[in-house]
Amino acid sequence: MKSGSNLERVITAGQFAVTAEIGPPMDANPEVVIEKAKVLKGYADAFNITDCQTAVVRISSIAAAVLVLREGLEPVMQMTCRDRNRIAIQADLLGAAALGLKNCLCIAGDHQSFSAAGRLKGHPGAKNVYDVDSIQLVNILKIMRDEGRQQGGDPLKTRPQFFIGAAWTPLGDPIEFRPIRLGKKAKAGADFIQTQGIFDVEAFARQMEKVRNLGLHEQTAILGGIIVPRSMMMMKYMNQNVAGVSIPEKLIARMAKAKESAGADKEKAKQLQEEEGTKLAVELIEQVRAIPGIKGVHVQAIEWETQIPEIVKRAGLYPRPSAPA
Amino acid sequence: MIIAEWKPLSELTAKLRGHKKILLVGCATCVAECAAGGEKEVETLAPLLRMALHKEGHPAEVVTRTLERQCEWEFVEELAPLIPQVDAVLSIACGIGIQAVAERYSEVPVYPGVNTTALAIREEPGLWLARCQACGDCGLGETFGICPVARCAKSLQNGPCGGTRKDGKCEVDENLECVWYQIVKRAEARGQLDKLLEFRPAKNWSNSLHGGPKRVLREDLRP
Repeated sequence: MKSGSNLERVITAGQFAVTAEIGPPMDANPEVVIEKAKVLKGYADAFNITDCQTAVVRISSIAAAVLVLREGLEPVMQMTCRDRNRIAIQADLLGAAALGLKNCLCIAGDHQSFSAAGRLKGHPGAKNVYDVDSIQLVNILKIMRDEGRQQGGDPLKTRPQFFIGAAWTPLGDPIEFRPIRLGKKAKAGADFIQTQGIFDVEAFARQMEKVRNLGLHEQTAILGGIIVPRSMMMMKYMNQNVAGVSIPEKLIARMAKAKESAGADKEKAKQLQEEEGTKLAVELIEQVRAIPGIKGVHVQAIEWETQIPEIVKRAGLYPRPSAPA
Repeated sequence: MIIAEWKPLSELTAKLRGHKKILLVGCATCVAECAAGGEKEVETLAPLLRMALHKEGHPAEVVTRTLERQCEWEFVEELAPLIPQVDAVLSIACGIGIQAVAERYSEVPVYPGVNTTALAIREEPGLWLARCQACGDCGLGETFGICPVARCAKSLQNGPCGGTRKDGKCEVDENLECVWYQIVKRAEARGQLDKLLEFRPAKNWSNSLHGGPKRVLREDLRP
């Protein structure tokens, strides 16, 4: 075992892994995180704690991860390259390890210009860092863990033992480069991969075939990303605005039908769309699970974490393998 | 070239209020090429400034001069006879030129009339695109002559982030190419996509401003 994390144990045992996502709040209230943790406990092997996603200031990933850990869940801290240089990154990694965190997802992070989307003012005038990129970050973690060295070369007596994760956008352009980029992440040291949300399962399956031909599915554990769609509006928005996410028309049509069948009753339209979205998510999990080389799923129910238990149960993925005491 | 953009007129007049005679000085090199601080722009801005200051109740005389290169001392020297006659200087050269004037003539206030924004190329008439960030560790040989430090919103070194749009544009700005998309396409065209497989480790930024203000010393050229 590289890290001794529950997620690593599940994957190493060859069991189909489930991770889910918890988004920290935009203020200092720990109860929001604790409540989400209580609802989700037992429904995934590990829980990603986002690191100021969309560049919006929130409780930091490490702090929220510790709150989640105290509730008896296993967190996956996220570390972006946007806000910290290699000094701050490594200091935070050492601190996170010292606090008992065992999984870390390394990502570039959303650009700060996204923080001003919608009604939020955000911090579009912030200076970003990008001292290192996400693949270099993966490699920094690997060198710290496996070689006991900081990036600059100084030795680490006590090594941070992280199960190292990275993200992958399988259907982003230039699409022919995406398997190559996955290979770079695996080679740099990514133990597991969580993909961007998959809706176009056929296209994803084609990319996975290339991945298998390169043998990458044996080098890193690929967890397929599942974004739970909550409404037709959300699906349309994601389809148009989220790079790397393309939603087949037939799925949008299904959601549209659910919405329309409620007539003018807005509350019913919401219920029916949420039910259809839940069904869709469960189907996507089953379809992604059937693709050779997939080792698990990463479920994101954005600002709708309470629906995750239902989805995991319906997908036949509950109960989760219990961690040995 | 170094490119710069005019500051809003209101920002200029807020600084210049109260000055009676202002020297507006341009530069005929980079900022002339990018149509921000050359002679033409000096002569366009001067009447706008006069009118704006007059309208705001702070009339001032604005005299103009455009130097061949505001970043070289011998050209900066040409301002010597003018400086005693004015009580402020507004420079629309790049940040280097502005500082050269401010250093040589430290007795008068020197204000910037432009924001210096990038090392760029003129792509089309009226369109300039950043090309270099003076990072001090050039890797263009590994990225098929296209710079991801200056041209990727996240300065990524190992390939595109997940944000490349379907048409190959950047998620941060739909009008900008994803530079990694371009690098991949150029590598493919040369049949050398495999060259992009190589892991590029963390850059050494110490030869740029991150290593402290840059100082280049060439012993062979010293007096």
